[in-house]
Amino acid sequence: MCTVCGCGEGEVKIEGDGHAHTHVHADGTVHTHTHEHADEHAHAHDDAPLGVHSHTHHHADGREHSHAHSHDGEHVHTHGYEGEHQHQPALGGDLDYGNGPARAHVPGMSQARMVQIEQDILSKNNGYAAKNRHLFDDRGIFALNLVSSPGSGKTTLLVKTIELLKDQVAICVVEGDQQTSNDAERIRATGVPALQINTGKGCHLDGHMVGHAIERLQPADESLFLIENVGNLVCPAAFDLGEHHKVAILSVTEGEDKPLKYPDMFRAADIMLLNKCDLLPYLEFDADLAEANARQVNPNLTVFRVSATRGEGMSAWIDWITSGLEAQRGKRSETVDALKRRVVELERQLAAK
Amino acid sequence: MHEMSLAEGVLQLVEDTAQREGAQRVKLVVLEIGQLSSVEPEALRFCFEAVTHGGIAHGAALEIVAVPGSGWCMPCAATVPMTESFGACPQCGSYQVQPTGGTEMRVKEIEIE
Repeated sequence: MCTVCGCGEGEVKIEGDGHAHTHVHADGTVHTHTHEHADEHAHAHDDAPLGVHSHTHHHADGREHSHAHSHDGEHVHTHGYEGEHQHQPALGGDLDYGNGPARAHVPGMSQARMVQIEQDILSKNNGYAAKNRHLFDDRGIFALNLVSSPGSGKTTLLVKTIELLKDQVAICVVEGDQQTSNDAERIRATGVPALQINTGKGCHLDGHMVGHAIERLQPADESLFLIENVGNLVCPAAFDLGEHHKVAILSVTEGEDKPLKYPDMFRAADIMLLNKCDLLPYLEFDADLAEANARQVNPNLTVFRVSATRGEGMSAWIDWITSGLEAQRGKRSETVDALKRRVVELERQLAAK
Repeated sequence: MHEMSLAEGVLQLVEDTAQREGAQRVKLVVLEIGQLSSVEPEALRFCFEAVTHGGIAHGAALEIVAVPGSGWCMPCAATVPMTESFGACPQCGSYQVQPTGGTEMRVKEIEIE
């Protein structure tokens, strides 16, 4: 489910996912989403006379939650579990102020008041992204988010990168496209696991989708996790997925001024790959100007000139990935989990003596 | 950028808060939008009206507080005003300016009853 973006809510499909179903909210909006049944719950409704009652769910994994419930055709509930979804309350029906979220009610007094929120509009997505990043760091995984316009050669670049690296490190790939699983199939042909996410009308991947992809792909510790975002130079810039670096790909068959036209993306990225450089002799593209434009938007950008089809310049890119993988491994050895594992290991050695 | 997505994000925060506070109606929503955040306030206004239609925030007034952009210019070693996120320093013309203010997109507060 696309949690933040309004552009295509409800059409996300993750390959092989459980099933899809449709909710109708009290305000008339409809959303469809797919979900798995790891956390199934069942509940019985007893016939409360007043239309409002609260009851408790017992999840399959032992968690439980209770909630108030009005019976005017819709129902409201909140799951106390991450990866959750929330249903907005029905506006009609009775309100139980003692049991409900207001907790108390003073008759005759106006309840109009200001409530401070002070929250970032993208905070929900950022929360999911932070969880993904924590998981990556904890397990020494190096994650990259590849962004570009459609047709810049992202998938070809990925295939070549995988071929050059797959003997040294475990790799898995998340492919984002509006429709088709063509790209995931191209990646699978190289022998590494790939998962296709179809965003439907959506224009970008978000942190929530990538969280599900991680669950599904189960990346190995100290591996490389590559995310190919939807081909779009606008929206993916704002949505953190939990990656360590955004890698923007610009091909020489595009315009040199693309970084100026779409500055958000080139500012959000740390790396720019100038792809299809083998075609430079046949084009009027000024590679130096393109680099200068990109650095104007983002002075810290690292640029690699490559040709994914011919292999020129790929070694510098591969070396950069390798050093990123090493840095993640180094970081992992300092995490709490790693220290705990060491304590366990040392205690085992002590017990053996 | 994608103001519809952002309006949905605003609505989610507003509805979550209104539900938590037991509100029956949301009268006012105050946003802080930085000048460097690539958000078009007028487009956001339009989308906000569309997404709040029929819900608890239906008809709520939207107040957008513009936060001026500022950045740290490395050659000048000073904080300078900025009007665009990839713009040059108004003092020295360098593009080595790191935005430090005006990139926020926040829901500041809401008025409920």
